[in-house]
Amino acid sequence: MPASAEPPRRVVVERDGPILVEGPVEMTTDEGESVVSDRFVVAICTCRRSRIHPWCDTSHRRRKPAEEGEDTSP
Amino acid sequence: MTPSPEAHTHRPETEPALPDPRGPLSERVLAALAGRPGALPSEDETARADPYGDDLQLLLYVLYELHYRGFAEVDEALEWEPRLLAVRAAAEDVFLRALREGTTGGKDVEEAVGALLLEPVGDDGHSVSHHLQREGTLEQLREYAALRSLYHLKEADPHVWVVPRLRGRAKAAMVAVEYDEFGAGRAENIHARLYADLMADLGLDPAYGRYLETAPAEALATVNQMSLFGLHRRLRGALVGHFAAVEITSSPGSRRLAKALRRAGAGAAAQRFYDEHVEADAVHEQVVRRDVIGGLLEDEPQLAPDIVLGIETTGLLEDRLGEHLLASWRGGRTALRTPPSASS
Repeated sequence: MPASAEPPRRVVVERDGPILVEGPVEMTTDEGESVVSDRFVVAICTCRRSRIHPWCDTSHRRRKPAEEGEDTSP
Repeated sequence: MTPSPEAHTHRPETEPALPDPRGPLSERVLAALAGRPGALPSEDETARADPYGDDLQLLLYVLYELHYRGFAEVDEALEWEPRLLAVRAAAEDVFLRALREGTTGGKDVEEAVGALLLEPVGDDGHSVSHHLQREGTLEQLREYAALRSLYHLKEADPHVWVVPRLRGRAKAAMVAVEYDEFGAGRAENIHARLYADLMADLGLDPAYGRYLETAPAEALATVNQMSLFGLHRRLRGALVGHFAAVEITSSPGSRRLAKALRRAGAGAAAQRFYDEHVEADAVHEQVVRRDVIGGLLEDEPQLAPDIVLGIETTGLLEDRLGEHLLASWRGGRTALRTPPSASS
C-alpha cells in the first residue's frame, strides 16, 4: 500500500440501530445546524427518537413491559 | 501533545490509608499489610466465609488494591507475596463459586446480550436510576456518587489487563474503546477524572479511595468482580462479558442519572459526566458487541460460556447493590456504612 493512500472511511449500518461512522465527523442536520464529534466512532441516530439527536442515545431499543411490582415505592 | 489546561491545578495525590477491618479474616490480612506479625487466615477459614459478606469482600478489595494504587505505608512488594496470594486465591474461590451458583449460565451469548438490549417500559420498582430520576434527593445522589466512586475512579482500569490476551479485531476494538475511556489523549477527559469533577461538584472529596470505609459490601463486590476477571487470563471471556454488560446498560441509566442531577440542582460537572456517558456508551456498546465479543468468539468460540458468565454476574451484583440502596432509602436510612462527609 502506498503510504499516502487514505483507507476508505468505514461506515456500518446497524439494523434497527444507528449508523456507525469512523470519526471525527462534522454533520449538518436537517435543521441546518452544524455539529462535530471527534470520537473514534460516531453513532448517528436513524430512529429519530434520540434526545441528543443527531447522535444515538440508545432510544431505538425495543421495550419490554415492566414486570410485576411496578412502582412499588410509596 | 496538547497543553493541559489543568497543569497549574495539579497536585500530587497521596495513596489512601488502610481501612478498618470488617471481621476476623480482613483483620488479619490488614495486619499483615500494615507489617504487623501474626497468622494469616487459613484456606479452611476463608472457605467458610460468607461470599457476599463485608469481611470477605473487604479482604478481596484490599488485596486487589495492591495491583492498582496500593495503600499509604504498605510495602509495594506485598503485591506478589505468595502467602497473601494464597489467601486471595482461597477468597476468590468462594466468591467465584457464589457467582456461578447465582447465575443461570449457558453459552448463548446472543441471548444474554439481547436480554440487556430490552429497555423496561417505565420503572419496575427495582431500578436505582429510575428511583433517583423520579424522587432521588440530593443526599441520596451524594451517597450514590460516594459509593460508586470505588468503581468509577477505577473506570476502565482493570479492563486494560485483558488487552494482551486478545487478538486482531477484538484487541483493536477493545483498545479503541479504552482510549475513549481514558480521554482520547487528554487528561481532563479521562472518564475517571470527569467522575472526580462530579464528586467535587456534589461536595464530595474526589480523592482516590476516600469512600472505601463507607462503602457497603454490595458496592465492594461490584469492583472485586472486575478485578477478579481482569487479573486472571482464564477469566478473559468473563471480563469481556462484564465490560459489554456495563457498556450496554450504561447509556439509558446515565440519561436517567443526568436527569436526576438536573432535578436535584447539581452542578455542571456532575451533569457532564453522565451526559458524556449517554453519548460515549451508545457508541461503545456497538463496538463492544460487534467487534470485541464478535472478534473474541471468532478466535475462541469455547469462551462463550465465560462471556455469558460475565454478563450474568454483572447483572447479579448490580441487582444486589440496587436492592440494598433502594431498601435503605425507602426505609429512610443511609445506604452507606457511615454518611459521607463533605470534602475538606
